[in-house]
This record gives sequence, structure tokens and C-alpha cells, in this order.
Amino acid sequence: MAIVMDADRISRSLTRIAHEIHERNRGVGDLAFVGIRARGVPIAARLAADLRQIAGVDVPTGALDITLYRDDLMRTSVAPQPVVRRTEIPFSIDGRHILLVDDVLYTGRTIRAALDALIDYGRPNAIQLVVLVDRGHRELPIRADYVGRNIPTSRQQSVQVRLLEIDGRDEVEVEG
Amino acid sequence: MSAITALRSRNLLGIADLTPDEIELVLETALAMKEIGTRPIKKVPTLRGRTVVNLFFEASTRTRISFELAEKRLSADTLGITTAGSSVVKGETLADTARTLEAMAPDMIVVRHAASGAAQMLARVCRASIINAGDGTHEHPTQALLDAFTMREAKGRLAGLRVAIIGDLQHSRVLRSNAQLLTKMGAEVRACGPATLLPLGLDRLGVHVTSSMDAALEGADVVMMLRLQHERMHGLYLPSVREYFVQFGLTPQRLERAAPDAIVMHPGPMNRGVEIDSAVADGPWSVILDQVANGVAVRMAVLYLLAGGDAEA
Repeated sequence: MAIVMDADRISRSLTRIAHEIHERNRGVGDLAFVGIRARGVPIAARLAADLRQIAGVDVPTGALDITLYRDDLMRTSVAPQPVVRRTEIPFSIDGRHILLVDDVLYTGRTIRAALDALIDYGRPNAIQLVVLVDRGHRELPIRADYVGRNIPTSRQQSVQVRLLEIDGRDEVEVEG
Repeated sequence: MSAITALRSRNLLGIADLTPDEIELVLETALAMKEIGTRPIKKVPTLRGRTVVNLFFEASTRTRISFELAEKRLSADTLGITTAGSSVVKGETLADTARTLEAMAPDMIVVRHAASGAAQMLARVCRASIINAGDGTHEHPTQALLDAFTMREAKGRLAGLRVAIIGDLQHSRVLRSNAQLLTKMGAEVRACGPATLLPLGLDRLGVHVTSSMDAALEGADVVMMLRLQHERMHGLYLPSVREYFVQFGLTPQRLERAAPDAIVMHPGPMNRGVEIDSAVADGPWSVILDQVANGVAVRMAVLYLLAGGDAEA
């Protein structure tokens, strides 16, 4: 239905967020990006690239699969299990400032699961949340520190983020 | 990437029931599970509140420990029932135990039993998901899955691999499960053992059968040695253990016939100096300890996949 962000808008949003991250974490040595699979991973990689251009710093990037931490697993006895993908965090998160990255912030349940998963890897000094789209309707006390765009939606709608690396093009579409 | 996202059955009774896509799904899920073992906190909350019963009617150390660790890493509550002695009338004991267990409403039952078909029988009477951890001389599906995982880890593929499985073929459920899995995935399987320990109908599993060890080893990418199962031998199968080693024991010299980068596997426990020379078991070819480590990851994958509902529901 409605394309609410095109490739250019996505790119400018991410560059702005990279500037904000640089601004807010000035002097913080140990930053690291952790992208939530699937689409948080390429977004984290793009932010890392932007940050390299802006500040000349190399920020390590990891990928987190939250499937095994979902709160809707095992609730129904009829649905098949979601597919588990690999978590790859090739650095210690102890003492770091972690920038947790996802495409859409909605109920907050994915982020709750991601926080639980992250804590199992160590004890970061801080975790900040980066999302490309905040569509509202939170069910848990969670908010984002960096938002690409706030998009008011109804619960009946769905928000599709498409990224070049996974879907072949960059756009955000609100359906329904 | 696997073409499917769920298994069709809620039980894992044997490799015979699995499609190549399902095998692929288990192996891929196991890859994600293996990473959990490298974390500071080696535990995920996935099976919290689920009860898994480990029902072992036969001696087992590594399979039982491996399942237990897999269950604990997924946060399941586990209950171990080990019954020594297999001289009791098996069908009756098993059925009675099954009924008792059902009353405790476990979600999954991992079963090992000396009678072939024990897992099938349990699956018929129990509401819980049944995982076969070895039934008589029939199947040992998680062993074949962890062997395949280990082969793929070392060789990058299964299709086209030349796999020699050598030893006591007659009593080996490991052979039956492996032969089926490997042929389904496009590997070439050669089975080799003394003529007195060759079961009938092996060629129907799609494997090449030979009693020449040198022929089996020629150019093999994977050499899997099977344990001589004294406890299942109630007849005169072999002149002596010593003669068995001379004919079918794997030594470094013998291994020269295999591919230069061949790997050596053994489902354990090993009889050193019977089917395998210590120099091989501890040598650079050996991936025997990788098999043990991978067993936990593969069993976690199976437990996770079976805990969900049916794909068709």
C-alpha cells in the first residue's frame, strides 16, 4: 500500500542516527553494534560504516538471534517451532556500550528477548536501542534511544521493512 | 538453507522416517545450538517448564549424559530412569513403565531399550513425544545425525563423500541409522565386517558390502569404526579378539589406503586394540571427541524441533 520511507529517506535517517550516536557517545571507547536477526543485522552494518566515515572509528558488529528467548514459544501446541539462526558476537560484550539494532519497534517483546539474550553473553556497561521505525503499541516498558522515523499505525496494519541486502531494495511499507 | 521449517512427526523414532529436508533442518538448527555451548552462560530458557524423561533400559554413559546436558541447556526439567538388567520380559516391562510415566504427564521421553521397536511401541501408547536413543539392533537416529554434523563440519558437505563403516555390522544400530542417513544425503557408503557379522539385507539400505577392509578403505573420506559388541554376541562369531584386530583393526598403516585428509570416527565406547589402534584413536585423523561435543548440539536441535507442534497442523 503506502511506501512511507524510500531508499533515500532510509539512508538519510541512518546517517542522522550515526551522527547522534557519535554525539552522545563521544569519548566512549568501547562501542559495539549488535543487530537483531534478520533485518537488524544489515542496519547495524550500515550504521557501523556511517560511523567509520563520520568519526573514523571502527565499531565491531555482531548478530543476535532471539528465537530461543521468545515469550511466545511453547505457548501453543499446534504451531511449528520458528527456525533458529546463529548468533555471532565475535567480541566480549563485558564493559562495552552496546547499541542494539532492530528494524521495527512494536510491542517491545522482541527487545525484551534480546536483552535477556545479551545478558547471557556478559555484562555490558550500557545498552542503547536503535530502530529504523517506531510504530507504537508498546506492551512492555521499553523505548528506543534512536529512531529513524515514528510511524503511527493501527494494530491491524503491518509494517514491512525491506533492505537491499535481504530483499533486493530499500523501502518501508505500511500494509493494510 | 533448509527448505522447510518444521519436522512432520512429533517423534524421532528412526532416520527411516526423515526426509533429506528434515535432516538438513536438524543439522542447521544444531549449528545454532552449538554456539550456545561457547557462551559464558551455556543455557537458554527455551524449554522452561517442559519435562523430559530419560528412560534408559540399557547401559549408556555418553548418550544419556549427552541428552541430559542438551535438556539442561534448553532449561527443561529432566528425570532420569535407569533400569539395569534386560532379562525381564521386555514388552511387558516397557508397557507398564510407559503407563506409569504417562500418569506423570511428561512432554518428551528419551528411550533406550535392548529390544528393536521399543521406541515405536512407546510412541503408540504415549501422548509424549518419543525420541529413540537406541533400540536393540534397529536404529540410533541422534547418533547418525551427530555423525553427519561432524562429517559436514570437517568436510563441508555430505553429498559425494566416501564413507567406510567397518566392524560389527550385525549388531549395529549405528550402522543402520548412518547408512540410511548418508545414502539419503547422497554419500557413498561402504560397509565392511567379518562374514559372520554381516546382517542380511544390508544392500537394500543402498550400501556396498564387502569383507575386504582394504577395499572399503580405498580412497575413503570418512572411516567410521564400530564397536565389537561382546554383550550382544551369544554365539561363536569370531575365533579371537586378537585375530579380529589383525583382520579388521584400524592401524595407521591400514589408514594409508584412505584419502590423505580422511577423518576417523567412532561412536564410542572404543575397544582400543580390538577395532581401533590407540595411535589412530588419538591421532590427527580422529574426530572422535568432536563427535561427543557435537552430540549435545544435535540433541538440543532435536529436542527443540520436536517441542513444537506439527507442521501440518
